[in-house]
Order: sequence, then C-alpha cells, then structure tokens
Amino acid sequence: MNARTLFDKIWDDHVVATRDDGEALLWVDRHFVHEGSHHAFRTLDDRTATVAEPALTFGVADHYVPTLGRPMIVNQDIAGMIDRLSANARKHRFRLFDLADPNQGIVHVVGPELGLTLPGLLIVCGDSHTSTHGAFGAYAFGIGASEVAHVLTTQTLWQRKPKRMRITINGTLGPHVSAKDLALSVIVAVGANGAHGYALEYAGRAIVALSMEGRMTLCNMSIEAGARCAVIAPDEATFAWLRDRTYAPSGPAFETAMAHWRTLATDAGARFERELALDATDIAPMVTWGTSPDDALPINALVPIDARAEKLAYMGLTPGMPLADIAIDRAFIGSCTNGRLDDLRAAAAVLRGRSARVPGLVSPGSSAVKRAAEAEGLDRVFIAAGLTWAASGCSMCVGMNGDLLAPLERCASTTNRNFRGRQGPGSRTHLMSPAMVAAAVVTGRLTDVRTLPPLES
Amino acid sequence: MQPVTTVTGIACPLGLANVDTDQIIPARFMVRSRAEGYGRCLFHDLRFDAGGVPNADFALNQPRFTAAPVLVARGNFGSGSSREAAVYALWDFGVRCVIAPSFGDIFASNATKNGLLTATIGEAETEALLDLLSAKGAPEVTVDLAAQSITTGDLRITFAIDPTRRLQLLEGWDDIDLTLRHRAAIDAFKRTLASTRPWAVPTPRSAIG
Ligand code: SF4
Repeated sequence: MNARTLFDKIWDDHVVATRDDGEALLWVDRHFVHEGSHHAFRTLDDRTATVAEPALTFGVADHYVPTLGRPMIVNQDIAGMIDRLSANARKHRFRLFDLADPNQGIVHVVGPELGLTLPGLLIVCGDSHTSTHGAFGAYAFGIGASEVAHVLTTQTLWQRKPKRMRITINGTLGPHVSAKDLALSVIVAVGANGAHGYALEYAGRAIVALSMEGRMTLCNMSIEAGARCAVIAPDEATFAWLRDRTYAPSGPAFETAMAHWRTLATDAGARFERELALDATDIAPMVTWGTSPDDALPINALVPIDARAEKLAYMGLTPGMPLADIAIDRAFIGSCTNGRLDDLRAAAAVLRGRSARVPGLVSPGSSAVKRAAEAEGLDRVFIAAGLTWAASGCSMCVGMNGDLLAPLERCASTTNRNFRGRQGPGSRTHLMSPAMVAAAVVTGRLTDVRTLPPLES
Repeated sequence: MQPVTTVTGIACPLGLANVDTDQIIPARFMVRSRAEGYGRCLFHDLRFDAGGVPNADFALNQPRFTAAPVLVARGNFGSGSSREAAVYALWDFGVRCVIAPSFGDIFASNATKNGLLTATIGEAETEALLDLLSAKGAPEVTVDLAAQSITTGDLRITFAIDPTRRLQLLEGWDDIDLTLRHRAAIDAFKRTLASTRPWAVPTPRSAIG
C-alpha cells in the first residue's frame, strides 16, 4: 500500500461511497450540537425527519449560557435558546449536557474531557472551532446549519478531500511561552486564509512535548489560518489522557482501540502538498494588535507603521507605538481556546500574590474544570487578585450570552478571534495566552510576562 | 432549492478584505428564527452607527447600491464562525452572488446549500472590477454559472467554483434526498463498524450516562 499521511488513514476509514465528481460520503462518528443548532432542527421538523443516530449525537449548552447569576436567566431570548435545545434533545432522544448538568461546559472542552473525542474518529459540530478535537488524532471540523441537518438525518456528510500540509515545529518553548504563542505564530506564518483547502498536521519535537491541553489550543486556532482541520498523531500522552474517561472504551476494548490508534501516524515517505517548519525556540509571547488573528506580533514589537488605517482607527492605535504601551480596560480568561485547567494554572501562577489594575472575568471552560480549579484553590487566587470567578460557558468569547465589553473598551483576552465587535459592538480585543493576560491584568497594559518584577517574599 | 443559472443586476463594490461572519451578522442577532428575516441584520455594525444611523461611507448604504444582488469583496470573504445565518442575512437582504478572490471554507459551503453563488476570481481582476464599479453610476453585471463568466460592459472575467458546488446550484439539488439514495451503503458501512472499529461507538460507564 502507498505511504499515507495520518489524515489519509482517518479519511479512508470513513468513506461510505464516492461520487464521480470526487466527493466522498463520509461516516460521522460523533456529532456535537449546541443552542445555535436550532436552524438544523427546524429543517428536520420541516421534513418530518428524526435524528438517525441519537447514540452518536451529544448536545451541550454553551454559547448562550449566562456565567453569572445562574441558574436564574433574566434574558428571555437566551432562556428560549437553551429551552429549545432541551426540547430538541428530549424529542430526538440524544444525551444533552444542559445548564444543570455537572458535565456542562464548552463543547470543545467537554468532548475531550468525557472521552467522547477519540483518535481516529470523524467528529463534526456546527461550530468552526471543532478543529480542537484534532489534537487527539481525529478528523474534526466545523459545519453549517444545512450540514448539521444532513448529519442529523443521515449520520454522513459529503466532503471533497482537502490537500495536506505538514507544519513541523522543533525546538523548545521558552519559559512562559505557550501553545497560544505557537498558534499565533503559525497563523502569522501561514496567513489568515493561507491554509484554505488544507488539512494540517502538526509534527515535531515541540508538538510531542505539548500537553494535551496545549495541543488542543493549537488545533483550535488552526481554523484562524483557514484550515479545514488540524491533526496531531496520538501518542502516550493522548492515551494517558483518555484512559478512564467516562465515554472512552474501557478494559480490553481500550487495549483494542489503542492498538488501532498506534497505527494512526504518517508513514515514512507520505506526501504532503505543502510543508512548513518553525522553531519553537525562536517564539516569544505574542499579542494581536489588529482585527484579524494574523495581525499578531511578539510583545516587544511595535504597531506596524504600514498597518491599514481603518484597522488602526478601529483599534484606537497609532502606528509605531510599542505594543507594551497599550493600556487595557478589561481582561478575559476562558473560551475553548484557553479555558482548560492548564490555562487557569498558568494565569494563576502569574496572579498569585499580585493584584489586578483592571477588572477581569475568568470563566472556566467546563463545569468540571471549574470544580478542579476550585479544588486546588485557583478560584481564590483569581478572587484575591480582584478578578471575577464565573460559571462555565462561551462567555466573553462571543457576544451572545450577556458577557460583553462596552463600546471602545479594550480587552486582553485568551480567546481566538479579534474581529471587530466580536466581544460586543465596538469592542477592541487583543488575543494572547493566559499568562500574558494575567501579566496585563497586573500592570494594566500589554506586558511581557517574562519581565514582571518578582514578588517580594 | 431553486436552481441557479444566472444572476443579473447591480454589483456593489464592497471592497473590504477579511470580511468575517461576525461582520456579516453580529452574534447578538442569531436568536432569531428564519421566519423573522435576517436582512436588516446584514453588516449591521458596519451599516449603522451605535445610534442606528446609517453610515454613509458604507457602500451598501449608497442609494445606487442598496438593491444590488451582487457584492464584490476582497480576499477571505466569510472567514470565521460557521454561522449559516451569515448566508441567511445576505440572502434575505437580496444578495444572490458574492465575487471575491477567496472565501472562508465553511461559508462557501453554507452559501451553496442556500442557493447563494460564490464566484472566485483573481486578485488583479478583483481590483479591476472594483475600480470599474466604483467609478461609474450603477453598473450591471451578469454572472453566468454555466459559462462561469462575469460580464459587465466590455469586461468579461471567468470565475472559478468548486465543480460540485456548481452542479448543486445549477440543478438545485437537495443534499439530503441525494444522500438517502445511498441508504444501503450507509447501512452496510454501519454494520462493518462493529468489527472494524468497535471502540468507536460510545459506551458510557454505568455511573454516569
Ligand atoms: S468559546 Fe468561543 S470559539 Fe469556542 S465554541 Fe464558544 S463561542 Fe466558539
């Protein structure tokens, strides 16, 4: 057999039928839905169709859930969205992790946490950051409402095979430099739509050295380079993460699965249409200055002098000013990019014993992350520093659940999109890692976390 | 879905690059049902200021372009979230075709499913078209899907589109109906799963379920 990439192997395992035009009908192993999937359920109603495989369909309430004052929901539109998801889950008999469920959280945090995400699976969700699950060696990608309806009805999806690109990252990340900095560096190297039409594979020593959380952060952000998906070959770290997770195979089934998962690696000599290499050792903490995720630079750089005027006007910046001079109004720590326990630990390590100059919100990526963080006292570190400790949801990543910036407010944020208005109309977002947000909270401006003066003991 | 063959009408030189779906429809409008219509939300925060006053600089607010069924944008149109409401907003506003050098992957797929044509042309051609549309009164263009051509006056540009998307638009086919014709293959595939990848079906441990 020809040498195949990791992506090819997962693809081949899912082809149900192929068409003359080259499109393949693929079997879907896991389908995650959320409140935003209501249009798709409406399509099912219009066709009087039912969900084909309720056992492979899982719902999570995340995008619209309030993170403060729960379980009371004051806003009727928001309450309606959450109720609608519950009604659809009851009607179509799939498992829903709703607002009251101990496993509620952001879909891309909950799936891996529960062992619903496994190597070798094809995973879809009506959300672009579904690429997150590729960290486990799954083919995972976001789809629109029509495709959600198609998967609900048939458990399959038509796809044209994407081209393959390998990004090899060797070297070692320095202190306080994280997967988020790696992700932003990749997006800069590739461009905001540079990976369009590609399935990415991340490889190299710096990738192997990443925690599963770090791998998820990296795959999560790959959509911001326009990629269809990103994959990382499963290894011992992957298997260790999955063992004993609620929905992961157990006992002998786990061993059988692991034997298969070990075959999920790119063969020597397999061909990639594009190859790119980065050195982790060169990467500094990154921040974005503009309104596209590829507007990112190392923290010690200056706002580009040739930046487009409308971006600078929107962001309220002057060309040539040091990024480290940008004062912030608020901070946000959370989202499917950086709302996991590792992320909260990294932020808390900076904030411990220090205090915040600006208000900030911390929303754990899942209710389980919240409990784990509280068990090790991270909530108390954030509260002592002056931040607000909230419940889990998409929160300030997306302006639809009540957590918003005011117009013109500037936020240091661990999220994934610095688009105009993403955190509320007129909001200004600077993306960075949890440690960098924590440093910005302490000084009130964008700050190189490596230069914070040590605490006096 | 109605078949799409040609789109003829005024083309609006939107000219923006990296128009993400948060610009096309801000997230706060997405609680709406489709029946309420999404047209008013299209480019809401670009079209209107905080007080709801139309922004005169925004191309679609110029009287000559308000009813344009064709938009011309720069690269990476529809990047960002998977929200199909971005396509609903364009459609409900009356847009039937977007021309740009590149599109967000999920956006282009969503567009096809709703009969919205996405025509990909080169960077230089985009600039030429934008110049032409911005200069004259309110030029009409004809986008011919079968011929994959855009014509306006003496200018003729060929555009690219994924062949399957082209066919789907031309025939107006319904994806789900088409797939259901493969039911036997789907059922057969499902049966093999038990032997090929038995671990792929989730089996919750009894404690939580
Ligand atoms: S946290 Fe943000 S990016 Fe992630 S699923 Fe929620 S809205 Fe999407």
